[in-house]
Amino acid sequence: MYDIMQQPLKRSSMSSTQTAEEKISVATDMETAPRMEALRLNAWYGKTQALFNVSLEIPRNKVLAIIGPSGCGKSTFLRSLNRMHEEVGGRIDGRILLDGEDIMDNDPVFLRRKVGMVFQKPNPFPTMTVAQNVVAGLKLNGMRDRKELARITEENLRRVALWDEVKDALNKPGSSLSGGQQQRLCIARTLAVEPEVILMDEPASALDPISTMKIEELIDELKKKYTIVIVTHNMQQAARISDYTAFFYMGKLIEVGKTSKIFTKPAHRQTEDYVTGSFG
Amino acid sequence: MSLSMQDHNDQRSGQQAVRPAARALSLGGMFRKNPGDLIFENVTRFFAFIVLALVVLMVYEMTVQSWPSIQHFGFSFVSSSDWDPVNDLYGALPFIYGTLFSSLGALLLAVPLSVGVAIFLSEIAPGWLEQPLSMLVELLAAIPSIVYGLFGIFVMVPWLQTDIQPFLIEEFGWMPLFEGAPYGFGMLAAILILTIMILPIITSISRDVMRAIPDTQREAAMALGATRWEAIRIVLTGSKSGILSAALLGLGRAVGETMAVTMVIGNSADISISVLNPAHTMASVLANEFAEATSQLYVSSLIEIALLLFVMTLILNAIARGIVWRITKRYGAVAA
Repeated sequence: MYDIMQQPLKRSSMSSTQTAEEKISVATDMETAPRMEALRLNAWYGKTQALFNVSLEIPRNKVLAIIGPSGCGKSTFLRSLNRMHEEVGGRIDGRILLDGEDIMDNDPVFLRRKVGMVFQKPNPFPTMTVAQNVVAGLKLNGMRDRKELARITEENLRRVALWDEVKDALNKPGSSLSGGQQQRLCIARTLAVEPEVILMDEPASALDPISTMKIEELIDELKKKYTIVIVTHNMQQAARISDYTAFFYMGKLIEVGKTSKIFTKPAHRQTEDYVTGSFG
Repeated sequence: MSLSMQDHNDQRSGQQAVRPAARALSLGGMFRKNPGDLIFENVTRFFAFIVLALVVLMVYEMTVQSWPSIQHFGFSFVSSSDWDPVNDLYGALPFIYGTLFSSLGALLLAVPLSVGVAIFLSEIAPGWLEQPLSMLVELLAAIPSIVYGLFGIFVMVPWLQTDIQPFLIEEFGWMPLFEGAPYGFGMLAAILILTIMILPIITSISRDVMRAIPDTQREAAMALGATRWEAIRIVLTGSKSGILSAALLGLGRAVGETMAVTMVIGNSADISISVLNPAHTMASVLANEFAEATSQLYVSSLIEIALLLFVMTLILNAIARGIVWRITKRYGAVAA
C-alpha cells in the first residue's frame, strides 16, 4: 500500500525510466533528494490515532499542499514535522527525516529553527513592536547586534512585501496591524530565522480575499528558496499555489502527486470525490 | 375551538394595542420603558448608590472625627515619631513606617514565590496536579486572620526566636537589617506571616493572567525555536502588567491586614531598620489602642491614622484594578 501511494510522486519527481539503483544515487544528490521524508508515520492524540502509516516525501524547493476534510490528520501531519505535535501531549511513531537525518535524534529546539511554522491565526507577540516581532526568533538565538537586527528586520519585511506598509510603524505593537499584515509579519518572523522548510497551517483561512491573494503571491515567491508545506481547506488555493498535492482522509494518505494530476486525473476514487466537491 | 383561538388572538392584539399608550402615559412619554423594568432599575440603582454613599460617609465621618488632630498637629502628624499618649502628643510616623516596611518586605518575598507557583500552575503542572494545588492555594486565602495569628504566636515566633534569629544575628549581625536581640516577636514575624497571607491572591491572579495569554503565543515562540523557559518568558512579558497589579492587590491586603500582624509584630512604636525589633503598623496600633484611648485628641489621632490607611489602600486598589482592566481590554479575556 505504501508503494502504491508513493507511485505518483516518484513518477513525477523523477524521470519515468528510473530504476531502483538510480534512485539511490539520486537520493544522495542534494538537488533532487526530498528535503523531508516521513516513513510509516503513526500519530496519536491521547488514545485516538490521528495518522496511520503515512509515508510521504516532501520535495525540495517546491510547494506541497495537503488537502482533506476536517479531522483527516493533515494538521497533525504538519505539526509532526516540526515536533509541535509532541508539545500538546501527542505521540508519534515512525521516522521523519530532514535532509536524511532523523528529526528525533536532535533537540526539537534546533529542529524548529530549520523547520519554521506559520499558524492559522496570525499570532504576533502583542507586547513586542513590529520590528521586535521580526527578530524575535533571532533574539532567542542570542543575536544582539543592533545594526544587524535592523538590517534583518528590513530585509524580511521587504521579502513579505510589508516594508512599505509598516516602515513608519516599526515601533508600534505587532498587534496594531491589520489581520493580513499581521500574518505577513508572522511569515517575516519565520523567515528571519532562515529556516529550510516552512510549514503553513491554513495561513490564509482567517484573512480577507485581498490579503489571501498577497499571501499566495508570497508563497509563490518563497518557493524559489524554501521548501513549503501548506495545509489548506481551500482547493482552489491548493490548485493555484502548489506543485504537489497530498490528499489525506481519515488519518491515511490516500494519494500524492503533481497538483495538476491530482486535480485532473486522480488515481483514487476518494480523491476525485473530494476535489470535485462530492464530499468533504 | 377555532373560534376560541380567534378570541384569544383578538384579546392579545387588543392588549398589545393598549400597552404602548399606557406606557407613554405612565412615563409622561419621556422613556419608552415598561413600568416593572423602571422600578427594578431604580431599585438596583439605589442599592448601587448605597455603596457609594457608604464610602463617602466613611470618608466624611473619618475626616470630621479626625479634624481636631488634623488641626492640632497639621503635617507634623505624619512626620513626627513621637507617640506619647501620656503627654497627648501624637505622631504617626512609626506606624506609617511599620506598615510600609512590613508590607513591602512581605511583597518582596511573596512576589517571586507567587509568580513561581503561578508559572508552575499555569505552564508546567499537568491537569491532575494543577487543580488540587490551585484549590490549596485558594484555601490559604480562606483561612481566618486570627488563625494565622495563632499560628504565628505558637509556631512561628518560637521557631524564629530559637533557630532563625540567632542564626541571622550570628551570620548577618553586621548588617543593620539583622541587628539586635532574638525576641521572636517583631518585624520579621510580621513580614513572614504577611508573606503567607498575600501569597494566595498574588498567585491566583498571576495564574489567571498567564492563562489569559492565548496558546497561540506559546506555539509562536516554540515554533521559532524557543525553549520551554523562553516560551514562558514570552508569556511572562505578556503578563507583566497583570502580575504588577496582582502584586499591588497583595500590597493592599498587606497594608490593611490587622489581626495576625498585631499578634506577632511586638507592638512598639519605634522606628528601626532591623527586622528583629518589635514594631507597629497603622492597623495594629488601631486594634491595640482604640479601647484605651481616653482623651479626645487621642481618639481623633487614631481616626486620622484610620483615614490615612483607608486612603492608602484605596489608591493601591484603584491602581491595581486599573491595570487589570487595561490588560483585560487588550486580550479580551477576564484576568481577575
